[in-house]
Amino acid sequence: MSSSAEIRQTFFQECDDLLEALDDGLCEIDEGVSDLSFDPETVNAVFRSVHSIKGGAAAFGLDQLVQFAHQFETVLDSMRSGSLTVNEEVLKLCHRAADCLNDLVVAGRDDINPPENVSQDLVEKLANLVPNKTENANVQSEGASDDFGFAPASISIIDEVPEAVSAGSTYIVKLRPHKSLASSGNDPLLLFRELSELGDLKVSADFAEVKSLENLQVEECRITWVLEINTNFGEAEIREVFEFVDGMCDLDISKLNSTVLQDDPYSSTNQSEVGANPQNDANIPSGSDPVGRGKSGAVGGAANATVRVNLELVDRLINMVGELVINQAVLTQCIDDAGVLDNGELSTSLAEFKNLARDIQESVMAIRAQSVKPLFQRMARIVREASELSGKEALFETEGETTEVDKTIIERLVDPLTHMIRNAVDHGLEAPELRRSVGKLETGKVKLSAAHRSGRVIIEVSDDGAGINREKVFSIAVDKGLIPADSSLKDSEIDNLLFLPGFSTADKVSNLSGRGVGMDVVRSAIQKLGGRVNIFSKPGAGTTMSISLPLTLAVLDGMVVDVAGQTMVVPITAIVETLRPDPDDIHKLGSDNTVVSVRNKLVPVVDLGVVFGHRSSAVSLSEMVLLLVESDDATSWALAVDQIFDQRQVVIKGLESNYGYVPGVAAATILGDGNIALIIDPEETARRSDEAGESLNILAMEGK
Amino acid sequence: MTVKVLAIDDSKTIREMLRHTLSQGGFEVYVADDGVDGLEKLECIGPDVVITDINMPRLDGFGVIEKIRSQAVYSALPILVLTTESAQDLKERAKNSGATGWVVKPFDDEKLIHAIKRITVG
Repeated sequence: MSSSAEIRQTFFQECDDLLEALDDGLCEIDEGVSDLSFDPETVNAVFRSVHSIKGGAAAFGLDQLVQFAHQFETVLDSMRSGSLTVNEEVLKLCHRAADCLNDLVVAGRDDINPPENVSQDLVEKLANLVPNKTENANVQSEGASDDFGFAPASISIIDEVPEAVSAGSTYIVKLRPHKSLASSGNDPLLLFRELSELGDLKVSADFAEVKSLENLQVEECRITWVLEINTNFGEAEIREVFEFVDGMCDLDISKLNSTVLQDDPYSSTNQSEVGANPQNDANIPSGSDPVGRGKSGAVGGAANATVRVNLELVDRLINMVGELVINQAVLTQCIDDAGVLDNGELSTSLAEFKNLARDIQESVMAIRAQSVKPLFQRMARIVREASELSGKEALFETEGETTEVDKTIIERLVDPLTHMIRNAVDHGLEAPELRRSVGKLETGKVKLSAAHRSGRVIIEVSDDGAGINREKVFSIAVDKGLIPADSSLKDSEIDNLLFLPGFSTADKVSNLSGRGVGMDVVRSAIQKLGGRVNIFSKPGAGTTMSISLPLTLAVLDGMVVDVAGQTMVVPITAIVETLRPDPDDIHKLGSDNTVVSVRNKLVPVVDLGVVFGHRSSAVSLSEMVLLLVESDDATSWALAVDQIFDQRQVVIKGLESNYGYVPGVAAATILGDGNIALIIDPEETARRSDEAGESLNILAMEGK
Repeated sequence: MTVKVLAIDDSKTIREMLRHTLSQGGFEVYVADDGVDGLEKLECIGPDVVITDINMPRLDGFGVIEKIRSQAVYSALPILVLTTESAQDLKERAKNSGATGWVVKPFDDEKLIHAIKRITVG
């Protein structure tokens, strides 16, 4: 059952789709703007998007949105008619208008005051593109009264009160339909019926011009209807009845003096009364018609192949699937313990159950997965705004827009990405003059890409700016007391200083990025998602910030291992291979570093037992199993564990809400036997042990 | 007899509004997503009146009206055009293609129902 609130919701949902289509269309036009090679249908589609938003907005009385959409639409209309040549300037304005339209929609949805000055400024700029159509901007408010052909009668009555008191007037209306009246689906009888609602109506037909049968042209109407109406309404209301047939008939309306009422010049012609009171309303029941609605629902619903589902329901489903996976693990363990797994049939159906649970889990996750495209589109806007405010021209490129990521992750990426993009434009790119002086194009490039790599999602923000000024970063860090002045840091370590709390390299605090929200906030936001953020910079060539995220926040394939008597889980996606090392391949490096030679490549060994403080010194590596893990930037480590138990799907139970961020630990899980195991973040663990050269001492943290 | 209305509009919001308003008004409402969809449904539904938007993908409102009028059986079918444009030339174009009348968006319930009643016998 529809109600206005639901329709309103539908409208805003539709707006999201339309705004996305609008953005898509504009980007498509962007690509073909230089040689005008874009598809004219794209301009049409863009126009329709704005037009539909306007149409819906008007229905909900969102005046400002309507006004703005109208002005925007006028420009798009000139674009599609060819009267306005599309160039980069125009498109840029269109992009800004689309952003503003988005703001107005959001303002309408949340019932807040939209940023008026911005839209006013844009309205003027848009109006300047089509100077001869400026007056259209107000068409909605101005045109309303005379264009709605049928203003409610009550208003008219109030207007006409003085005349009404002076008793009804009589009008003679002569109507001679043309051929076109009938072919447009109009019917004189219906006109008479409507006219009769205005007062007492007498209808007569003048057959004088009707030809004899042999000369009759069946498609021509030669009858003239003479309508005599005594009404309290004026001529305007009578004329309004014939609004639809204007130009399709000869119409003559004249007012009779009330004194000559009796003097009816047409009394001699044939008369045929039309029911004076057709009781229109009686024919249409005011109540709803459940049958009709049911039918219409069936027809209308068939067209839409998607279902909008409350996210809570999906989350609940995912939770239950998580429980199912745990339950399946418990069951497997129980059967194993009971020692009946030799039973062929039992093990087959158990395997089937396992596969089924996995399929269900994957299908459910697919429901939540969304392409990053809308997120990227939002970022295009950030680039536009940032480049405008900073005065740096920036070209925004995206790659891998179709990459699908869990919805929760996408939502929580908005803020960190916004910040990173702003940074890339504001701090990353050089000013145009500077760029020219070093032989670069004046327009800088900011690229946002997404890709799936080894079971994780990698999102990168890169610019082709000057790269990180490491000297400056170092001196600022020293000035702020973040590091001792005599520290000797590797380049990558200096780059990573940017992530320290309270760090800002901007010479002047700009409107954009210097808002006290530093890169440290970005890092902690990403870490909360179980992700990592890294920064790579090349002086003079640009900076790349890379976010690596887990695909889902619910389940992962893990290798269950024994680390000094503790059960831990290593995500399978991180593991390249497992090996039992040949003692000859193990080499000591310094006092406490060990490397292993894997196919003639030396890989540092990280003993998980030591790193996590479960034992103080490494035991003989030849007794252990090495898990070779690789990072996003192709660095390898060998994680040493005592034993591999199993490989299975584990349900991720976050630790953040209870313990905060624990370095090296991604999450925890519940095993089949009911025990809890930590899921480690191999790269983070390895990196930390690399850099710090000491144990993370997780045990100490467990007490907190 | 209940008047059957076929409403053609590419905006889901408008479709929902039409459906809501017209069902409340006692009409039997069917909706279509665009011109092509509308013409297909026209055949199976046999409506007493058609309401169509103008700007639509695939086939626009003018196209819909012309296609409907080109079939003798529908030569007298009342067709209302829904338009946000109050511009006279659009009304003229709609009329020339054979529209019976028009409703300017945003419509209120009364206005819309009035427009249908004035062109249908029901």
